[in-house]
Order: sequence, then C-alpha cells, then structure tokens
Amino acid sequence: MSDGPAAQSPWQTVTIARIEKRTPRVTSFFLQPSRPFAYRAGQHVDVRLTAPDGYQARRSYSIASAPEAGETIELAIERLDDGEVSPFFHDIAAVGDEVELRGPLGGHFVWSDSDGGPLLLVGGGSGVVPLMAMIRHRAARRSAVPAALVFSARVWDEVIFRDELIDLHNRRDGFDLVLALTREPARRPADYSRRVDAAMMEQSMLRLPAPPRFAFVCGSNAFVSAAAQALIDAGVPAGLIRTERYGV
Amino acid sequence: MVTRGFSGRKPPTDTDARIPPGQYLEQGFPVLSAGPTPRVRTEDWSFTLKHGPRPIKTWNWTEFNALPLTKMTRDIHCVTAWTKFDTAWQGVLVDDILADAGIEPPTAFTLALSFDGYTTNVPTQDLTAGKAMVALLYEGKPITPDHGGPARLLVPHLYFWKSAKWLNGLQFTERDEPGFWELRGYHIYGDPWREQRYTGDP
Repeated sequence: MSDGPAAQSPWQTVTIARIEKRTPRVTSFFLQPSRPFAYRAGQHVDVRLTAPDGYQARRSYSIASAPEAGETIELAIERLDDGEVSPFFHDIAAVGDEVELRGPLGGHFVWSDSDGGPLLLVGGGSGVVPLMAMIRHRAARRSAVPAALVFSARVWDEVIFRDELIDLHNRRDGFDLVLALTREPARRPADYSRRVDAAMMEQSMLRLPAPPRFAFVCGSNAFVSAAAQALIDAGVPAGLIRTERYGV
Repeated sequence: MVTRGFSGRKPPTDTDARIPPGQYLEQGFPVLSAGPTPRVRTEDWSFTLKHGPRPIKTWNWTEFNALPLTKMTRDIHCVTAWTKFDTAWQGVLVDDILADAGIEPPTAFTLALSFDGYTTNVPTQDLTAGKAMVALLYEGKPITPDHGGPARLLVPHLYFWKSAKWLNGLQFTERDEPGFWELRGYHIYGDPWREQRYTGDP
C-alpha cells in the first residue's frame, strides 16, 4: 500500500460547479478547484468557511468521486441538524459560490487498483462516501480486483448512490453490492433487513473468490465499532481492517 | 475570503481564549482510530520503557497501578477540529514512571508504542515536568476500549493523535522518528495553537 506522506497543500478557493440531491439528507456538491487537484480514492479534504467578522469554521469531508473523474471533486454532504457547516451547504450554498478547500488529506484510508485485493468495503450511511471513490476508481480503471460492498442504511431511499451502485453490481465484473436495511424489508434477493453482524460478513466474503486482502470500514463510531468487530468475528485479521469514524 | 451567506456559530466569548484557531467546541467525545478497537485485558496488559530496542523496565497492570496516581484536568484538541474542555484524567505522570525506573531521560525524543502497532513521536521534554501522563481513568472510571483503555498516553498540549491509545510502551530514540500519522501526512510536532496539522505547516 502506498502510504507516502501527503504533499504540502495550502488552502485554495474552489467554486461550486453543480449541486445534486442524492437522498433526503445527503446532497452532492461538485467543486471546481482553481489548481490541478490529484488525489487517491479514500482521501478527504478540509473545507473552510469564513463569516464577515472573520470567524472561521472547518470540517473534513471525504471525496466521493474517483481520481479519474475529471475536473470537479464530488463531496456528498449529509445534513446534520445541529451542525454548523452542513446546514450552510444544504440551505445556502448555490452554484457559483466559492469556498476554501485544503487537501487532499489522509494517507491511510486509501486504495488504488495497483494495491490489489480482494477488497471488502463496509459502509454505514454517509460512511459509504470514501468507499464510493474506491468503487468508482475500480470501475474507471476497469480493474479486475474483486470487491464487495456491504452498505447499511436505514431505508431504501437513504441508500446514497443507489442506482449507480446497482448498475455497477449488474455489470458482473467482480463488484458485488449487498444492502443491509435496518428499518425496512430487503428488496433484492441477496440483501438483508438487519444490522451488520458476523454472519452477514461471512456470507458477504463468500461473494469474493478469496479472503479479503483489504477491509475498509467507514461510518458513525457505533457502526464502525460493530462492523469491525463483526469482521474480526468472521475471521478477518484485525491488522487488515482500516477504519474511519465520525460522530460521538 | 468571506463565504457568502455564512455567519457561523461563534463560541461564547468567555471561552474564546481556550479554543485554538480552526477548532470548534465539542460537547461529546468523538472516537477516532485507524483500525478496529483492540480489546486489551488488564491481565494481558504490560508497559515497557525502552531505550532504542533495549527494554529498561516492564510493569504489569498491578505494578503499574501501584505507581503514584495524579489527576489532570485539561482541554484537548483533535486535529479533526474539535476541542473538548475540562476532560478529567487520572494516571501516572511520565516523571513518576521514569523515577520508578530510576533513570533520567536518555534521549531527546520518544516514540509512544501501542498494542495495535500504532506509534507517535513526541519530544521527550514534552512528556516530562508534569506535562504528560499514562492515563488509566477518565472521569473517575476505567477508560473504555474505544477511548484507548486500559491505558493511553495523555499529552494534552499537542493535537490528540499524539495521545496514543492502547499504550504499551515508551521508547527513547536518538532522532525524532515520525510515527503512524506523521508518516501519513500529519505534522511532526502538532501544536494546536500554531495549527500544526499537516506536513509542511509552519
């Protein structure tokens, strides 16, 4: 795995080029950098907002787009009602607005096609975002690395990138999607209607031709704790599991 | 650059001076880690002081808990931009560990070592003179596994990734050797008041 230090990356101004609602609570913002922006799937950026009196707020957001996606960087931002930055994006930000961005950041929760696999991805809610960058990177590279995504959401309509994920699954090129809905019945034959657990991890791993070489888990702290433990209970060595958590 | 339409939610002015630049005040206690939470049983726990590869002294859980306990209530600052006020810890000052081992710090740099393979570097002088401890209790209770229990390093004046969770040793090194996150883009020192977040920050 290429874990080199991140290059120094000062703040730059980016323009909101496009806004796309993904689910009732998640909206994608496509940001146009002013300078060339190279990144790896799984990395994040820091976004900084400045009030007229000079007060600044900064937050980290994972990149959803693949490094091959072109000029804009996609951030899929979940609205947190008691938040300070996400309500700005959801309620105020418009195409043409500028914000400040620093990155790419993070040299651990990253995957490139050249790292190989198989790849086991486990996401809860908006924790799917950095995993989506890996899945899109894999597709863009026409990678032969087998990959499975276990994606837990409360309901079908909160499955971020749902249609795109199902399309990618239907290509039958080695990417497999498993949905775990926690508050609704499963809709596809291989999906689940419960929280992630060790049995689900074992069954999902059987969709891969060999045991995973990398496992990436991202979501809320409670989700990541449960999912990482489920992976360990299903026999995945702890040292293979990389995690990214948010929330308290 | 002023962001159109952003007013922000400023902290009360009486706490302003306690919040480093770029940080916001957090009431909860977020968990961050690079991998799964290790479940370290106190029966299996040990702590080793090392000079390079050479062990100086090792304590088991009972021996370590017999060292002098000190209380430390401090504000903590995570590089992901949250600051939490008045976190209350109890543990063994690094000074008291050194005293029990009967040594003066042999080198100017230290690497904190964890059960899960995590490492982080801290200049030795940032660990001594009452500045840092190996914490055993948080808010009077054993530290939960998610927060680094049974024992974690506490270096409250640096960004919190320096306060290594699941600590099992301190290793004196001749040079300042970057640890896990320092090798992955984070600042070699990490002073929150100077916003030393990432490689290359002044």
